[in-house]
Amino acid sequence: MLTGAAELADFSERRNRFLGFLSRLVKEKPLGAFGLAVTLAMIAMAIFADWLAPFPYYELNLIDRMQGPSWAHPMGTDHVGRDLLSRVIYGARISLIVGLSATALDITVAVIVGGTSGYVGGKFDLAVQRFVDAYIAFPGLLLLLTLMSIVGQGLIQMILVLGISGGLGGSRVLRGAVLAIKENDYILAAEAIGTERWRTFLKHVVPNIVPIIIIGFSITIGGVIISEASISFLGFGLPREIPTWGGLLSQEGRQFMEVAPWLAFWPGACLTLVIYCLNMFGDAMRDLLDPRLRGSGSGG
Amino acid sequence: MGCPRANHRNFHVRAYIIRRLLLFIPTLFILSAIVFLTVRFIPGDAIDAMVASSDYLALDLDRETLLEQLGLDVPIYIQYLKWMRGMLLEGTFGDSLMGAWSVEERILERLPVTIQLGVMAILIGMLIALPVGIYSAVRQDTVSDYVARTLAVVGLAAPNFWLATLVMIFPALWWGWSPPLEMVPFTEDPLASLYGTLIPSLILGTGMAAGTMRLTRTMMLEVLRQDYIRTAWSKGLRGRVVILRHATKNALIPVVTGIGLQLPLLVGGSVIIENIFNLPGLGQLALEALLDRDYPVVSGVNLFFGMAVLIINLIIDLIYPYLDPRVRYR
Repeated sequence: MLTGAAELADFSERRNRFLGFLSRLVKEKPLGAFGLAVTLAMIAMAIFADWLAPFPYYELNLIDRMQGPSWAHPMGTDHVGRDLLSRVIYGARISLIVGLSATALDITVAVIVGGTSGYVGGKFDLAVQRFVDAYIAFPGLLLLLTLMSIVGQGLIQMILVLGISGGLGGSRVLRGAVLAIKENDYILAAEAIGTERWRTFLKHVVPNIVPIIIIGFSITIGGVIISEASISFLGFGLPREIPTWGGLLSQEGRQFMEVAPWLAFWPGACLTLVIYCLNMFGDAMRDLLDPRLRGSGSGG
Repeated sequence: MGCPRANHRNFHVRAYIIRRLLLFIPTLFILSAIVFLTVRFIPGDAIDAMVASSDYLALDLDRETLLEQLGLDVPIYIQYLKWMRGMLLEGTFGDSLMGAWSVEERILERLPVTIQLGVMAILIGMLIALPVGIYSAVRQDTVSDYVARTLAVVGLAAPNFWLATLVMIFPALWWGWSPPLEMVPFTEDPLASLYGTLIPSLILGTGMAAGTMRLTRTMMLEVLRQDYIRTAWSKGLRGRVVILRHATKNALIPVVTGIGLQLPLLVGGSVIIENIFNLPGLGQLALEALLDRDYPVVSGVNLFFGMAVLIINLIIDLIYPYLDPRVRYR
């Protein structure tokens, strides 16, 4: 047990390490820091959408319909006079909920599948890897659409489909990491003193893949948000009443693109900005946390 | 020739190829099982909805016939065996629920457009990615390097369906020009056909280029630091020769694999792009089939694309030892 003073010292050391990391991020990776700032702004926007949005996202206003950007409606209005800015702000909430929960599920599945496959090894690994081989050969989006069409539209369905599907694909990276960790002497030592295998896995393997999990999270979330938007764009995502960036772009956006181009422009622009920032932040995290991976991969 | 080391290597390469081929077969079976199982999970109420929907009323399908057509009327393993027998012995993927077409007929009819789109997208992607990636690496940390890298990360971030929509909107608003939305078959008028897929493949290609460019740059930087490149410079070879003949050749080997790995992404992109630009390809077929709940066709397209990706990656892996003799196969 830590005494009060030691607890305080521990806390302040953790805080210093966190501040040190932040200042390294700002100094060495200004774009990554910018990415973090925009990401935090988006999180705030999603949480405080009820206060930030100038209008309720469903409020009709037939007098002001199809208006271009103005002071009252900075992003314009749609064919029934709903304020696009408000709808985009609420859309951020959906993107964020799906992005965070599907990515968390994705990483969990990847750790379970990739971790056990790599750790157990042998025939089990060979079999699981053939399954992963087959799975990643599928055209991602088409398989996601097929699954969505079978489980039906909805937020939970979307999170489950994106998370499980992405986790199977992403498990290979974690398997590789676990294979490398398995070679270490401390694993051999743990096994030599008769520690149960699952305990060794939880106590000695999992803590060592934490940096990869953090990096994986920050790199994956952008792709998950794009997938959500693509699926909603094609009409297989959330029900139409709920504003999502992909849905806004495909429904009002493409329906009225000749007369009201702003309806298609803004949702896509917000999506691009957020993905760009998440990618920048993800790359920066990777470079700072794991210098060995620097500049490798596509980061997408 | 005939020296023990070369023989030794040949032996290992042959062992590698045999192992790779042997692993390919179970993977293919698992692929078919996944496709098969996804459709098995259609909930019962979805079947009711299908029977009740107007599309099916016209077809005069009752529940039993529909279950039979979907193959849901017999136990799951029999159904799988029937499906596999159809594919392996009779060369058929089953029948479409919509009209008197077999799944493979519908796929073959739509395939040329998707191949044309895919090949053009890959070519455009390489034409952009390779020169820019090489240049960016050679001029590392200069303004042009930063510009190229920034464009690449923006390219990775911008979703293709947004870019495609913008291409439909703004040229029309500004110059009254919009991309053609009617596909001319290549066999009828090659030029008009290529023009029709030019804009869609540009959008798909630039999306691919972003990732490939970053990979090319990384690989080039790696190679340019090697001793043999320093040797090439110090014996006074011209820059062009060092870069193109000595460095690029080696840097591009992993890039080839990278393109193979991007294929599923390209296929996914084609579903969206064919839909937006009204191209009658496999992606559009898949989307139509999904909207019609024509699951035999959905399964067929999924299986077809999955197999295509596996086979192309197999070919890449098989030629890899010849591209890069340094790799050791144990």
